Amino acid sequence: MEILVCVKRVPDTAENEFELNSEGNDLDRDDLVYSVNEWDNYAVEEAIQIVDNLGGSITVVTVGDDEAEEVLRREMAMGANNGVLLSDDAFEGSDGRGIAAILKAEVEKGNYDLILTGAQADEGAGQVGGMLAAMLDYPYASLVNKIEPADGKIKVGREIEGGNQEMNEIELPCVLSIQTGINEPRYVGIRGIRKVASVEIPVKGAGDLGVDAGSVGEAGAKTKRVDYFVPDLGDGAEMLEGSTDEIIEKLIEKLKAKGGL
Amino acid sequence: MSMIIAPADYLLFGFFPTVIFSFLLPVIGVGLFTYIIARRIAPLVRANPDYRFDNIPERIKNLIVVWLGQVRQPRYMLAGVLHIIIFAGFLILSIRSTSLVIIGMSDGFVLPGLDGSLGTVYNVMKDYAATAVLVACIIAAYRRGIKKPARYAVPEKYGHDHTAEAVFVLGIIATLMISESMFEASAVAYNYQTLGDAHFPAIFSLAWIFAKILGFASLESLQGLHIIMYYVHDVTFFFFLCFLPLGKHFHVITSIFNVFFMRVKKGNIKPVKYGVSDQELDDLESFGVKKLEDFTWKHMLDFYSCADCGRCSDQCPANAAGRPLSPRFITIKARDLIFKNYPIKSGVIYKSDKLLVEDIYTADEIWSCTTCGACEQECPLGIEYIDKMVDLRRGMVDEGMVPQSLQKPLKALEKRGNPYGKMEKKRADWAKEKTFAQTHTVKDLGKDVADTLYFVDSITSYDDNMQEIARRTSIILEKAGVDFGILGKGEKDSGNEVLRFGEEMLYQELKARNTEAILESGVKRIVTADPHALNALKKDYTGLPPVKHISEIVAEKINSGVLTMKPCKNRDKVYVYHDPCYLGRHNSIYESPRQAMDAIAGLTRVELEKSRDRSFCCGGGGLMLFYEPEEETRMGVLRVNMAAEAGANVIVTACPFCLVNIQDAIKVAGKEDEMEVLDFTQLIEEHLI
Repeated sequence: MEILVCVKRVPDTAENEFELNSEGNDLDRDDLVYSVNEWDNYAVEEAIQIVDNLGGSITVVTVGDDEAEEVLRREMAMGANNGVLLSDDAFEGSDGRGIAAILKAEVEKGNYDLILTGAQADEGAGQVGGMLAAMLDYPYASLVNKIEPADGKIKVGREIEGGNQEMNEIELPCVLSIQTGINEPRYVGIRGIRKVASVEIPVKGAGDLGVDAGSVGEAGAKTKRVDYFVPDLGDGAEMLEGSTDEIIEKLIEKLKAKGGL
Repeated sequence: MSMIIAPADYLLFGFFPTVIFSFLLPVIGVGLFTYIIARRIAPLVRANPDYRFDNIPERIKNLIVVWLGQVRQPRYMLAGVLHIIIFAGFLILSIRSTSLVIIGMSDGFVLPGLDGSLGTVYNVMKDYAATAVLVACIIAAYRRGIKKPARYAVPEKYGHDHTAEAVFVLGIIATLMISESMFEASAVAYNYQTLGDAHFPAIFSLAWIFAKILGFASLESLQGLHIIMYYVHDVTFFFFLCFLPLGKHFHVITSIFNVFFMRVKKGNIKPVKYGVSDQELDDLESFGVKKLEDFTWKHMLDFYSCADCGRCSDQCPANAAGRPLSPRFITIKARDLIFKNYPIKSGVIYKSDKLLVEDIYTADEIWSCTTCGACEQECPLGIEYIDKMVDLRRGMVDEGMVPQSLQKPLKALEKRGNPYGKMEKKRADWAKEKTFAQTHTVKDLGKDVADTLYFVDSITSYDDNMQEIARRTSIILEKAGVDFGILGKGEKDSGNEVLRFGEEMLYQELKARNTEAILESGVKRIVTADPHALNALKKDYTGLPPVKHISEIVAEKINSGVLTMKPCKNRDKVYVYHDPCYLGRHNSIYESPRQAMDAIAGLTRVELEKSRDRSFCCGGGGLMLFYEPEEETRMGVLRVNMAAEAGANVIVTACPFCLVNIQDAIKVAGKEDEMEVLDFTQLIEEHLI
């Protein structure tokens, strides 16, 4: 099975303490560290397990700048066979639809049976997978937490509200957005990354992909972020401040005062 | 009237010279033994290299103290004393047994040097040795076969019980003792009857008793007994020799080598591969132990040498807490696999397809070890475990088999240099705490200079609860007149557990960054309050200035009169000192913290039963705090209960990880009202004038 996994380089939420920048329109990115979007890691692991069982190969692709190459290498160290970096000044500032359009062009260059994306990334929109499927006119399943490959088709499971599980049969080729918890992604250490450090990763721009530069990037974006802020405290909400001990003490006081303890 | 006919001259049925047996038995026995040993050496030849020919004086010392002196045996008193008797008896009787083999071919043979008075002394010694060994065997067989101490039990998941083999071998040894004594006694009784030769064996020895009993037996039966007992001894001797390499009694042969080659340095970890420098690591195809032959030859020798005494597992805190780890079976399962893959009968060598951690071990088993070192400290044969655990983990890390609970902290260490993922620039925030900052400033060696570096390490830098240790340490150093500073954001995690959890390349990176920062700072000394950092900097890093633990500085400065202690503030409390593994066992610092505590007048201090080199790990440090083990209880809870049994109500420790684990354990055990835990720095700082 030929599998394409779409991945993204995102600020690492586990290792950052977020602060807004002085303009208040984005995160202060000076002290951030980046890594692979957590959901994408599960998608790559799932692809590796499918290929281990059925054979085939895995390509990881990302839309981003030069630095995005590091996440491709990490996923290749994990076990993906090829990496493709889709990078062009014209791609900058793309909205979800723009990213999906760029990815679509890359999908059409190959011959993939299965396209996986993470269920969502740092911005939480969770839109690229669905849009990509629609543009390709492929069947799509979101929030997939189980994959059972069979001939020409696969069965995919989704968790439904209330902890129920549904299983669907879906025809190939298709696009699936992968939920965390579908597997236990393997560890990639520095050694693994160094092993693939010299592997050539092709970089493709708008021209290589045959994408109209005007339809993507900031120019083609039909949604634009206009503000980014920490919401004001509403009525009844209060942030406790201080050291952990102090916060706990204050919380206990409050619970006692309100009769909760 | 004549002397008894010796086996060398005896004619069976009047015509068949038994001397033929005397020649054949050694030839067959030695031939078979040589073949078996060659098969046993086969895996060692295919194993990884191991450099064990360094530190020869130290190794000879181990041979004298640990092997010949059996110094670790009496740590378990009854079993230990029994073993010492059997061991000493074997050494003495090995000369007799060798002579006997030759006596069967040439009567009257005496080993050179044993023909004079030395021989007379030796004969008395060997008579008593045989007697003592027989008595020891009977007691040992009673213990193993009837009393069955719990530590010999084999849980079902680890295979079959070993009692039968143990008792069988005791039977063989007893047979050797009895046959040797009877061989001698029958001759004495015969010659006494015929020649009136009253040359009796040592009084009350086994041979003496037999000679007395046989005193009135007929000459024919004495002659028959003499010959039969000789060949019973001969057959048993060569059977035993060939039986030894087939099971746990191989240690009779391998122990001398195993002890000679045992670990001579404490606290360090073997390189990924001997002969491959840190710079060449990238060229290695594979890391760590994945298959049997990835072990080093010494580690395979360890597997052969295990006597199955169960002391390691009896001391293992992971085993006590019900984690799926029992060090004894790490060895026994590997030995069983060697025996299976290198069978004696056929010359074939089998290869297992599966990784060891999927075959004989489980991943949880290997991650369960805190590397506390209690097992290695205890083993009378010098068998190692820590390096094997680390090598197996290196293999799992290389295969990507790392539990999710450890992946996050490892990634954070890679990106931020600490397992919490906190920002580098906040590493020195502990010094900014309001009350502390009003009266104290700590130099940042990124900008300033000082004689001494205080290496804080991650937990003390970032954990709200532990930052107090950093502040107290600073105040102590200040009062002790030490000119010190910290690396601040230039400091990375020491990587003590990164190395021990098998993430070699990440450890190399941390080591390189720290080494560079430390050397650049130009300090002449390093001090730390974290024993894990102490161990990494002292035992794993190279080329650094000398490193000391804060307790050593405190003890020195009290002795030199620089620091003076107030009388104890809580005279009604009973204090107990818990030895952190990386301060005690791995770095032999037992006395300094105790001396410092005892300098506080009126402080009541008791000792835990498990203390000093037998200290019981509180649950492990570094990455072990993130690992979620399967266990029945927490090691810390067991430790808190031990402290309560010792009659203490304040546990003092000298390690931030011990402090965290014991704090949690007191809560889990529901002992908040009766027990508290303090860091050494807190106790000292509160009592400084």
